[in-house]
Amino acid sequence: MKKWFIALFAAMTFSMAAQATIEVYEFENLQQEQQFKELGNTLRCPKCQNNTIADSNAELAQDLRHKVYEMTKQGKSKDEIVDYMIARYGNFVTYNPPFTVATSILWLGPLAVVVLGFGIIVMRSRKTKKIATDEKWDQDKEQRLKALLDEENNGDKQ
Amino acid sequence: MSKKLLFVPLVAFLALAAVFTTQLVRNSEGDDPTKLESVLIGKSVPEFRLEDLAEPGKLYDQAIFKGEPLLLNVWATWCPTCYAEHQYLNTLAGEGVKIIGLNYKDQRDKAVGWLNDLGNPYLISLFDGNGMLGLDLGVYGAPETFLIDADGVIRYRHVGDVNPRNWKEKLEPMYQQLVAEAK
Repeated sequence: MKKWFIALFAAMTFSMAAQATIEVYEFENLQQEQQFKELGNTLRCPKCQNNTIADSNAELAQDLRHKVYEMTKQGKSKDEIVDYMIARYGNFVTYNPPFTVATSILWLGPLAVVVLGFGIIVMRSRKTKKIATDEKWDQDKEQRLKALLDEENNGDKQ
Repeated sequence: MSKKLLFVPLVAFLALAAVFTTQLVRNSEGDDPTKLESVLIGKSVPEFRLEDLAEPGKLYDQAIFKGEPLLLNVWATWCPTCYAEHQYLNTLAGEGVKIIGLNYKDQRDKAVGWLNDLGNPYLISLFDGNGMLGLDLGVYGAPETFLIDADGVIRYRHVGDVNPRNWKEKLEPMYQQLVAEAK
């Protein structure tokens, strides 16, 4: 029985190993390899959304990886390759989108939240100051009130 | 003042709920948020040189898109949705709609067999075995259908199958407009 389990387990591990395919890319120098890795992690797969082309196993991601590899080998710079992809798949394809009207909320949103937060804090601190001055005024008024009351009391005594 | 402030989370929640509901309703009506807008709209069909699907050696280039409004249908035999839309493409071709087929990342013999078995709605069938024209067109999944005007300029990209509903609602009016423009 145990033998059979071991055999079954072995068979399963073998089939898994057979499924995993590895792409081999060879580069002439370290810069090219680094550029390829960097682009693989900054370009986004249009088919399988929210995966980079390096992460995804979709056919399209493989094609794009291959294209990036080819262009890197030809000596194209990072910007050239990114522009090439944007010209075909739009700004969606990069995880580092440029500043446009549509993306402005991404850049300005956090800033707006910070400004709004500070605004509220400043407003609130001003309000408490006002209350403090109100209290002072109240004290003055109380003193006057007391004085008036005393006068009245004096009046009653007379 | 402080009592009014207590309602802020409730109002914020209701606003968010409204936003999400709107999008969910749109999704159920067929608006797919994963669909991408093509960046090639208003641009000419990219340059290419591709072989005919059935006759290797016979070459075509981007000049075939000039002269009259056309549909460019990107398809493959590995794509189930392409199978689903194929009969309707045959119907459209029968009605006189001009369609050019782009066989995308496919095997030639399989694709030829498919057209022989299911009917051929295409005026011209281009064979893009390694998907390079597909890449230039920004294709990210078959089927995709491009509306191309008489000057060879891409005017619209439809992702997914062409069916009687979206043809009548969206694609046909645009196609007819292109036909009218060309006259």
